[in-house]
Amino acid sequence: MTVESSTWATKKGLAQMLKGGVIMDVVTPDQAKIAEEAGAVAVMALERVPSDIRATGGVARMSDPSMIVGIMDAVSIPVMAKARIGHFVEAQILEALGVDYIDESEVLTPADEANHIDKHAFKVPFVCGSRNLGEALRRISEGAAMMRTKGEAGTGNIVEAVRHIRTVNAELRRLHGLRADELFVAAKELGAPLDLVRQVAADGKLPVVNFVAGGIATPADAALAMQLGAEGVFVGSGIFKSEDPARMANAIVQATTHFDNAALLAEVSKGLGAAMRGISMESIPDQERLAVRGW
Amino acid sequence: MKIGVLAVQGDFIEHIRTYRSIGVEAVEVRLPEHLDGVSGLTLPGGESTAMRRLIDRWGLRQPILDLAESGAPIFGTCAGMILLAREIAGGEEPVLPLLDVTVQRNAFGRQLDSFEGELAVPMLGDEPVHGVFIRAPVIDRVGEAVEVMAQLDDGRIVAVRERNIIATAFHPELAGETRFHRLVATMAAEHDDPGEGSGRRHHPVRRDRTPR
Repeated sequence: MTVESSTWATKKGLAQMLKGGVIMDVVTPDQAKIAEEAGAVAVMALERVPSDIRATGGVARMSDPSMIVGIMDAVSIPVMAKARIGHFVEAQILEALGVDYIDESEVLTPADEANHIDKHAFKVPFVCGSRNLGEALRRISEGAAMMRTKGEAGTGNIVEAVRHIRTVNAELRRLHGLRADELFVAAKELGAPLDLVRQVAADGKLPVVNFVAGGIATPADAALAMQLGAEGVFVGSGIFKSEDPARMANAIVQATTHFDNAALLAEVSKGLGAAMRGISMESIPDQERLAVRGW
Repeated sequence: MKIGVLAVQGDFIEHIRTYRSIGVEAVEVRLPEHLDGVSGLTLPGGESTAMRRLIDRWGLRQPILDLAESGAPIFGTCAGMILLAREIAGGEEPVLPLLDVTVQRNAFGRQLDSFEGELAVPMLGDEPVHGVFIRAPVIDRVGEAVEVMAQLDDGRIVAVRERNIIATAFHPELAGETRFHRLVATMAAEHDDPGEGSGRRHHPVRRDRTPR
C-alpha cells in the first residue's frame, strides 16, 4: 500500500472532524485539561488570551515552544498554535514542534503588511481569519485548509462575529445566484482567483470548513453563531475569563451541539456565574481593532 | 427504513450525504428520542472525548446499547470506532463497549502523520478502498468473534466486524466510498425484515418501533 501523508484531504479532513465543536484558547496545561474534560474538540495554545493581549499591548508574537509542548503533552485532543500574519518562520517552528494546526492570526501583531504565509509550502494545515468572502477565498488560495470569521477577539462582544459570518454567507448566496458570464467581474471584485470563484459559485459554499471566532462569551452566543451558519466555534477569552471556566466551557460545548433547541439552551445557560465582562466596540479605538489586520 | 447518524459533533453531515447518495434516508441523532424508528446507527468521525461528554449528558448511552442489542447495525468511523471499543489502551473508560477489541487512540502520531492510501477490503470485493486516516486509531487486539476486514501492510488492524457492529479507523465518508454504507443499509433492511436464509437469529427483545 502506497501511502501519502499530509495531503489536502487530510489537512481539510481534520477540520471536518472538528465540526460542531468548540476550540478553546488555553494558556497552561491545566487549562488545556479543563477544556478537554469539558468537551473541547481542540485547544489553541497561547501565552496570553486576546483580552490580555489587548490590555497589555506591545508586540504579540508566537508563544514559547516549551509552553506549547507542555500543552501538547497534557491532552489527547488536537493542539493549535498561532503564528503572526506573514511570519513563515514562526510557522516553520510550530510545524517542527508538531502542532496539529497553525492559526495565522490577526490576534498577534502582523509581521508582514503585504504578504500572508504561503501555506501550501507546509505539511501542517492552517486556519485563517476572514471578515468577508474575498478575504476567505484569498486565504484558501494561499493554502488555508480551514477558515474562521474574525469577529473582534478579546472583547466578549459578539457583534463583529455576527457581522462577519452574515457577510460571508450573504456573499456566498449572492455568488451562487450569479450567471457564469458574471463570475469574471465577481472574481475581480472579490480579489480572488477565477477558478476558485467558479467552484464556490457552483457549490454555494466554501471548499473548507468555516468556524466563527472573536467575541463568543456565552452558550447563547455560540448557538447564535451556529444558527447563522457557523460549522463550529472558537472561544478565546470567553471561557477562562468567566467566573466558573469549567462550567462555562461545558455549557458552550452543549450549546454548540444543541444550537437549535431553545429548551435545552435554556437548561445549559442556567447558573453559570458571570460571563467575561466584555467591552463595547465604541470604546475601542480604530488602531486597536484586530479584525482589520490581514487583507 | 432510515439510518440514524450521531450528530453531537464531527463529520456527521458527510455520513448523511453518503447515505443519501445511495438512496438511503438518514437522520441526525442528538437526543434519545431521535433514535425512534431508526434501523441502524452510524457514529461519525470527530473527537471521541467531546462525543463522550455529549452522549452522556442527555442519556444517549443506554438507548444506543439497546438498539445494538436488538440487532440493528452500528457503524463507527475513526472516533466512532473508539466509542465502540470494549477497551481503550491507556485505561480510558469505554463508552459503548459493543466491540470486543482494544483500540489505541492517535496510533500513528499527530496530524503531520495523517495519511491516505489504497487498502484491500476483501469482504467488499476486489476494488480497493481509498482510506483516509486522520489522527487515526488502530486495533491492537481482537476478540474471537471479531472478523478482521482490513489491515495495513504491517498487519495493524484498521477495519473490523463483530455481528451487527462494524468499525473502521479511516473515513469512507470522506473518500466517496459507499460500500460500507451499502453494507450497513443492507444489514438494517435485514434487521427490519429478517427473511429466510438471512442467517440472523431472531431476537426476541425488539425495541418498540414505529410501524412502517
